[in-house]
Amino acid sequence: MSAKQILMGLNGDESVAYATKQVNPDIVAAYPITPQTIIVEKYSEYVADGEVDSEFVAVESEHSALSSCVGASAAGARAFTATAANGLALMWEITFIASGLRLPIVMAIVNRSVGGPINIHNDHSDSMGARDSGWIQIHCENSQEVYDASITAWRMAEHPDVLLPVMVCLDGFTLSHTMENVLTLPDKVVSDFVGEREFITVEGHMGETELRLNPEVPLTFGPVDLQDYYFEHKLHQIEAMKQAFKVIPEIDAEYAKVSGRSYDLLHPYRMEDAEVALLGLGSTMGTVRHTVDQLRDEGVKAGLVKMRVFRPFPSSELVDALKDIPAVGVLDKSLSLGAPGGPLYEETKAALYHLPKKPLIANYIHGLGGRDTGPQLIRGVFESLLEIKDKGEVGDPMNYVGARP
Amino acid sequence: MSELNLKQASRKPEGLASGHRLCAGCAHSIVVRMILKATRGPTIATSATGCLEVATSIMPYSSWNIPWIHNAFENAAATASGIEAAWQAMRKKGKGPLAKYETLDVIAFAGDGGTYDIGLQALSGALERGHDFTYVLLDNEAYMNTGIQRSGGTPFAAATTTSPAGRVIPGKKEWKKPIDEIVIAHGIPYVATLNAAWPMDVMRKSRKAFEVDGPTFLHAFIGCPRGWRYPMEKTISLSRLATQTCMFPLYECTLEEGRPVYKLSGPSAAIARRPASKKPVEEYLMSQGRFQHLFRPEKRDDLLDSIQAWVDHNWEILLEKAGV
Amino acid sequence: MSTRKPGSKELPIGAVVTKSSMEYETGDWGVEKPQIDLEKCTQCTLCHYFCPEGAITVNDDGYPEVQNNYCKGCGICAEECPVKCIEMVRMK
Repeated sequence: MSAKQILMGLNGDESVAYATKQVNPDIVAAYPITPQTIIVEKYSEYVADGEVDSEFVAVESEHSALSSCVGASAAGARAFTATAANGLALMWEITFIASGLRLPIVMAIVNRSVGGPINIHNDHSDSMGARDSGWIQIHCENSQEVYDASITAWRMAEHPDVLLPVMVCLDGFTLSHTMENVLTLPDKVVSDFVGEREFITVEGHMGETELRLNPEVPLTFGPVDLQDYYFEHKLHQIEAMKQAFKVIPEIDAEYAKVSGRSYDLLHPYRMEDAEVALLGLGSTMGTVRHTVDQLRDEGVKAGLVKMRVFRPFPSSELVDALKDIPAVGVLDKSLSLGAPGGPLYEETKAALYHLPKKPLIANYIHGLGGRDTGPQLIRGVFESLLEIKDKGEVGDPMNYVGARP
Repeated sequence: MSELNLKQASRKPEGLASGHRLCAGCAHSIVVRMILKATRGPTIATSATGCLEVATSIMPYSSWNIPWIHNAFENAAATASGIEAAWQAMRKKGKGPLAKYETLDVIAFAGDGGTYDIGLQALSGALERGHDFTYVLLDNEAYMNTGIQRSGGTPFAAATTTSPAGRVIPGKKEWKKPIDEIVIAHGIPYVATLNAAWPMDVMRKSRKAFEVDGPTFLHAFIGCPRGWRYPMEKTISLSRLATQTCMFPLYECTLEEGRPVYKLSGPSAAIARRPASKKPVEEYLMSQGRFQHLFRPEKRDDLLDSIQAWVDHNWEILLEKAGV
Repeated sequence: MSTRKPGSKELPIGAVVTKSSMEYETGDWGVEKPQIDLEKCTQCTLCHYFCPEGAITVNDDGYPEVQNNYCKGCGICAEECPVKCIEMVRMK
């Protein structure tokens, strides 16, 4: 039975802030950066008005924001932060430490291009730059998804089989500053759903204890981990990512019961008999869905696969979704300069490599630095895919959608 | 809370266990052991990357008998901020094992590289925000852990691997950064300098730092036999000489009615009373390999004089501040 | 000493440390060890404080005891003893 919900007008940043207020983490350590600022401003208001009892640590940099979260999370606190672009780049060092120390921090990434030259608008170069740092990454299409992921992320992060930090990614401005209708749960439902942080028990150098800094049974976090142990600790993280494949759907299913909203690792749309399909992340997926509907009305067998969880990368689900599609276009909103293609394209190709019969795949880089990708451009992408399908070959797989040559 | 005198504290369990891998004669563990003997009870520590961190936490062994975390190099103060904020939040919420503690001594240990240089921003931020923690600067005056490179804390003319005593340039060209003044300018309630040669002074000041509400800063002189090139048994006697020459004066600075109030500690106060007892800085310099080029092949009186003038100048300023 | 190292499944999650460095004896680092003449010792405890290894403990009677299995032989204790009752002696 899902709870009675309140419809609110919230932009993406407010959705993060409002959900996080309902979660009421122990500490929020954050530094302002466009387009994330609304999150820290709203949260500061909640703190100033006594609506939450989180400690708000107004740090002097993003590096210190995540560093403080590491200290707090190791001390047993629920720790939240939010950033974008260069802020995430400045944190980059600590993203690896947070995951390596298995600290279930939740961080909203308001996706923005990482210059230079400087640009404050949306693409995915920031979170893609942190894709190997051992964080779960959830990419949101709209503010509703942002709100929901800002709640479920805690359960995923803190699950005893996972214990990995989570990035909730939302597109800068497109989502962060755009008001939408968002169905919100009552506070009590959210706090019951997230519950209290769980701790696993470990055998440390001074005895058995919960995995947290506690003067009663001291633990040593973050040791010098050399050739003889480091690799085994990386195996732990690999295993945690595997477990996340199992845990994330379980938590999403549990959340669907209270919210009535179902989520999955991948969201295929009109894919049953599709001949051409696009795969991508984030807010562009709404535009693609709209275009798919139009094309379907025109008799074109178009489909869409939205990837919601990018880390861990849902390879087998992706294979199931794409294996019978003649031509697939991968929408990347970031570059991997010097690489054969964008990150989502490369990983998708790798996932499909073992299929005896593979789809034709092309890469469509779009939206860099906030370049608008409207329905007309997406229609053009589908047309290009139809051409590939008819020809039976891809040619040059790289396409830069909406860029002036 | 244990009473603080040498005999009582000598029986207090060690916060830092034996079996660490600091060099023989290193002052890090001497000072850290003393500081941890002065803790009031529940304690959590974090260390910046550096000699202390590396030598005390090589997997699978730890020398830390207190909860401890290493995060990274430049963020000891930020990590400590998070620990302190977590404790405050959990006290407020009555949640978890930290909630019950009336006091929690949160300590950030960092070297000179992690403080004067790469960690200065995080330190400044944490001091400005007013977290209730104690930052301990373990100052061995160069990046020893990576092989003796110069830092903002390296003294003038000292030879390091990135400020070598060459045919043209005689060691480090710049003077030691006035870190204590930078910290004091933040208006924090307590700053003190520590020298291992005076254990009771180290423990008394450490206890005071823990007791004072808000951010406190302890600047410890850390002799390094390997990096400074002196015999390992001389660590304490050389440290003593640093204070006796006023190269490293011992004092405290409290905040009273919004003003910094300086007070010289025992050995430095004694020199203030009897200026003739102040030893020439040459005595301190000549016993260390890092300053040998000031004495051989020929004596560089010009440089020695300027170092003595620098010491005298800073000592005079300190005396003025201390109202002596 | 066993050389088999634990596999990943035997290690605790979180990369926390599993042993105290008390199990890592550093006594073989040095060649000389302190010998204390307890008749001359005044129980000042300074050697306990100045020892970088924590290898000089103070017993119930207030006298220092050297833990040779951790002593690295730096000689600070002998250098600093106010009554010169500590001598560094080459170990066989």
